[in-house]
Formats: sequence, structure tokens, C-alpha cells
Amino acid sequence: MTLSHCLILASALFAIGVYGVLTRKQVIAILISVELMANAANLVFIAFGRYRVPSAVGAAPGQLFALFSLALTVAEVAVGLALVILLYRSYGDTRVGLASELKS
Amino acid sequence: MSASIGFGFVAACAVLSALFVVRVKNLVHAALWLGVTLIATAGLYAMLDASFLAGVQVLLYVGGVSVLMIFGVMITRKHDGLVVEAESTSGPRGVFAAVGLFAVLATSIVMTPELDGAVAVETVTARHLGRSLLVDHVLAFEVVSLLLLIAIIGAVVLARRRDHGVERKELPAPRREEVSS
Repeated sequence: MTLSHCLILASALFAIGVYGVLTRKQVIAILISVELMANAANLVFIAFGRYRVPSAVGAAPGQLFALFSLALTVAEVAVGLALVILLYRSYGDTRVGLASELKS
Repeated sequence: MSASIGFGFVAACAVLSALFVVRVKNLVHAALWLGVTLIATAGLYAMLDASFLAGVQVLLYVGGVSVLMIFGVMITRKHDGLVVEAESTSGPRGVFAAVGLFAVLATSIVMTPELDGAVAVETVTARHLGRSLLVDHVLAFEVVSLLLLIAIIGAVVLARRRDHGVERKELPAPRREEVSS
């Protein structure tokens, strides 16, 4: 278990999240996939907080970064779910293709 | 040796459950699989000597976010069936994008020789974290708390039931009685 292993695992999780965002049609499913991606980014922060590259300058407060990004993700989920509820109330469904009024 | 076996097991759990999250048909099941992924990631955090972050992850993500997701699925589901189907576009484009992204990231990680020389630093305890949070980075801490407050107020304002202002489009039959003037 080294830094590279953690980074490769995080990229795999991030790629799976990207796949979910690109293929899902339901807004909540897309939000869940975004959660996966944020989780992978957090894993990278903590891995870099644990291991230190020799050429790095100064201390890398990886866990601090991870804490802040956790708080930001929770805020994003709250606003995102509010938007989902608004979408459902306006259109009666939560497929992303419905909200295309700005197109025309 | 046992550490690498544990890492492999937890990593396999995380990747498999993440695949279930994006592929499974039932949206509630997807949210539950997300919980499994988040717990596996918490295990990884604990392996990376970030035990406080592992606890926060379980409390905040597994207990908060995935439950919130399940609430969201329940609130916005159709009334005509128990199973909430999650449609996915079929087709190779999503697979291409994800595999390509992973290939690029993994090659750039493997090709970076500096990563191999990384050494473990001393464990950051919750005591260190709290000290640096409230002494060195107190401004960022306050800004984040302000942002959380704003996000909560924004969410309440967005999701509040308005009697006018929001136009209703093609309401489904079961919700028609809720139309207000």
C-alpha cells in the first residue's frame, strides 16, 4: 500500500463517478455519482496528507483540506437536493432532459 | 503484507460497490451502495492514519449524505410503483470517457517517478487537526461555516413550497389535487 496505489484507486473511483454522471438520466442518480467523485478527490487529499514526496516544499495539510472539502460537499448536496425537489415540483419528474427550456 | 491484503480487499469493495452505484437499476439500491462505497473509503482513511477523518466520514457521509439521498429518492418518486427506476443511456460513449479518463490518470500516476519515493509522515492526530483548524486556519474555518449557513438558507429558500411564482408543467395525475391557485 503506497501513495501510487491510493492515487490509482482514487482515479478509478473518479472515473466510475464520471461514467455515472454521463450515463444517468435521473438528477438524483447524477448527484450520487458526483458524490462518488468528491469522495475520490477526498481520498487523494488524505493520501497526500499521509505520504510525503521528497521534493515537496513545506507541510501539506491534507486532512485539513479533506475536512474543508467534506463541508463543501455537504453544502452542495443540500442545495442540489433542494434543486431536485424544485425540479420535481415544477415538472413532475426528475429526468434531466425535461429542464431544457433555456434551449429554445 | 497483511496491510496490502487489507488494502486490496477494501479497494476491491470500494470499486465494486461504486460500479453498483452507477449501474444498478433501483435508485434506492444505488444510494445504499453509495453508503457501502463511503464506508470502504472510511476504512481506507483509517488505514492512512486519518482516524478522525474516518469517523467524520461515517458520521457525516454515511449517516448524513446517503440518508439524504434516500430521502430525495423517496420524496421525488412517482406514486404508481414502489421501485424507482433509474434510466441510463446505453451506448459506449460513457464507457469510453470513463476508461479514457482512468487510463490518462493511471498512466500519469505510474509515469511519475517521484511518487515512488514518498515516505509516510508522522500521524496527524485530531489534536493537531483542531489546533491548526482553530489557530492557523481560523479564517478559512469561519468562511466555511458562513458558507454552510448560506447553503442551508439557500436550500430552504429553494425547496420552500411557494404558492405562486413557480409555474407548473404537465403535472402527473396523482399530484393534480395539489395545484394551488
